[in-house]
Amino acid sequence: MKALSIRKLTKKYNNGFEALKGIDLDVDSGDFFALLGPNGAGKSTTIGIISSLVNATSGSVTIFGHDLQKDRERAKTCIGLVPQEINFNQFETVKHIVQIQAGYYGIGQKEAKQRTERCLRQMDLWTQRDTVSRRLSGGMKRRVMIARAMVHSPKLLILDEPTAGVDIEIRRSMWELMEEVNKQGTTIILTTHYLEEAESLCRNIAIINNGQIVEHSDMASLLNRLNIDHFVLDLAEPIKSAPHCTGYQIDKISDRSLSVGVPKEQGLNKLFEMLTAHNIKVISLKNKSNRLEQMFMDLIGSSAAEQS
Amino acid sequence: MNNSIAFWTIVTKEVRRFTRIWPQTILPPAITTSLYFLIFGKLIGDRIGPIGGVSYIDYIVPGVILMSVISHAYANVVSSFYSTKFQRNIEELLVSPVPNWVILAGYVSGGVVRGIMVGGVVTIISLMFADISIAHFGISAVVFILTATLFSLAGFINAVFADSFDDIAIIPSFVLTPLSYLGGVFYSVAMLPEIWQKISLVNPILYMINAFRYGLIGVTDVDIKLAFLITGCFIVVLSLFSLYLLKKGIGIKT
Ligand SMILES: Nc1ncnc2c1ncn2[C@@H]1O[C@H](COP(=O)(O)OP(=O)(O)OP(=O)(O)O)[C@@H](O)[C@H]1O
Ligand SMILES: [Mg+2]
Repeated sequence: MKALSIRKLTKKYNNGFEALKGIDLDVDSGDFFALLGPNGAGKSTTIGIISSLVNATSGSVTIFGHDLQKDRERAKTCIGLVPQEINFNQFETVKHIVQIQAGYYGIGQKEAKQRTERCLRQMDLWTQRDTVSRRLSGGMKRRVMIARAMVHSPKLLILDEPTAGVDIEIRRSMWELMEEVNKQGTTIILTTHYLEEAESLCRNIAIINNGQIVEHSDMASLLNRLNIDHFVLDLAEPIKSAPHCTGYQIDKISDRSLSVGVPKEQGLNKLFEMLTAHNIKVISLKNKSNRLEQMFMDLIGSSAAEQS
Repeated sequence: MNNSIAFWTIVTKEVRRFTRIWPQTILPPAITTSLYFLIFGKLIGDRIGPIGGVSYIDYIVPGVILMSVISHAYANVVSSFYSTKFQRNIEELLVSPVPNWVILAGYVSGGVVRGIMVGGVVTIISLMFADISIAHFGISAVVFILTATLFSLAGFINAVFADSFDDIAIIPSFVLTPLSYLGGVFYSVAMLPEIWQKISLVNPILYMINAFRYGLIGVTDVDIKLAFLITGCFIVVLSLFSLYLLKKGIGIKT
C-alpha cells in the first residue's frame, strides 16, 4: 500500500508563479522518505497541498488510498504535520495546544489528556506544559509542533525542516524519536537541508528543484551512482605545488592541504603509494563533503544547466 | 469523525480566550453601560417624560443590553478568527478533519457565549438602575440568541476578508455603532420626523432592538414577526456565505 501517491501535481500561485510543474511522487507505507531541494524548490508547497493548506491547481494526491479531492476527511485523519514555520497560538499554553489538536481529531477529553502527556513527555516538554508558548525557546517551539502532530497517532507524519535551529543534543534525540516512530510503523516524510541527516535516516529520496522532481530513488542506489569521492588531505610539511598522480585529480588547497578526487575503481592504496614516492607525508584525511551533498549539488547543478 | 468533540473543543478554546483577557472583554462593557444608565438614564432621563408608558431609563435598558451583545458577539469572532488567521494557527483546523460547518458553528458559538456573558453583566448592572420585570421571557431569550448569532456570523465574514488589524475595526466603528444608535436604543422612532421614520426602517438593528424591547418591557415600534423574519433571513444568508468562503478557502488558503 502506498502511503502517498502524487500524480501530475501543479501549483500556480495567485501572482502567476508556477511553484510545481507537474510532479509525480510515491511513498510506500512504512517508509522513511526524504524530500530534498534547495530554497524555493517547492517542498513546502507540495507538503501544503498534501495537508490541505494549499489548493492544488491540478493533479491528484492520494493518501493511504483516500483521494484528497473525493475523500478529504479520511485522508486528513491519516496525516500529522509539522510545518516549517511556527503556527500555534502564541498565547496558549503548551498543554492546551496539543490537547486542542487532539480535540480537532475527535479525541475525547480524557484520552486527549493522556495522549498529550505522553507526547509532551516524549518531546521532553512535560515540565513546560503550563508555559505560554511564546515564552519557549525556538527549539522547544519546534518540539511543541512535533508533539502536536503526533497526538492523534497519524499513519503518515510529515516534517518540514523539523531540525532547523535545534541544538545538537535535541537533534540527536529527535532523530532517535523519528526512527523509533518509524519502526513502530509510521510512515515519515522529512524535508531538511542537513543532508547527512537525510542520508543517515532515510531509505528513499526525492530531490525537487524549480518545481520539478529531478531524482526519485532509494538512497543506497543513489549513493552508489557517485563514482568519484572527494577527500581533503592534511600534510605534515608544506608543499610548493600539487603532485601529479596518474588516475587521481589533485589540487592544492593551501600549503599544507590537498584536495583529491578518487574514482571508485582506483581506491586509496595506490594514491598513498604515489604520495609516499613524492615524499609527501599525510597526517589525516577527511571527506570533502558529505556524499549525498555531492550528489545533490551535481543534480541541482545539471538541472540548472538544462534550464539555462 | 466525532464532530461534537471538535465543536466543543473550539467553543471551549474560544471561551477560554475571552475569559483569559476579561479586563479587555468583560470589564469595558460593564463600565460603559453603567455610565449610560447613570448619565442618560438617571441624570438626563429624570427630566425626560415616559416613552410608550414606561420611564425613560426602563425604556433604554433593552437597547443598551442588546447593543452590547451586538458589539461583543461581533468583536469576539472578528478578533479571534482574524488573529487565528494572522498567527496562521488556523492551519491547525485546516489540516484536521473538522468539517467547515463545525468550524463556523464553533466560532459563532464562541461569539454567542461572549454575548451571553456580556449581556448578562449589563443586565445585572441595569437592575441596579431600572425596575424591569420581564414581559415575555421566551421572546427576549430568542431575540438575544438570534442577534448574537447574526453578529457573530458578520464578525466571522469580516475576519475572513480582513488583511490587517485596521480592517477589523472599520465595520464596528463605521457601521455597527451608528446603526445601533440609530436603531432606537435611546429613542422611539415615533419621535422622529416622518421621513426619518421611513429611513430608519431599512436599519435591521432597529427590528432586533424593538423585538428585544418588546420581550423585556412589552413596548415596540415594529411588528415582532417581521423582526424575526428579517433576523432569520440574515442568519441564513450570512451562514451560507460564510460556508462558501470556507469552502473556497478565501483569505485562509493560497
Ligand atoms: N503564497 C505564495 N505566493 C506566491 N509564491 C509563493 C507563495 N508561497 C511560495 N511561493 C513561491 O513558490 C516557490 C516554492 O516555495 P516553497 O515554500 O514550496 O519552497 P521550499 O522548497 O519549501 O523552500 P525552503 O527550503 O526555502 O523552505 C518559491 O519560489 C516561493 O517564492
Ligand atoms: Mg519550505
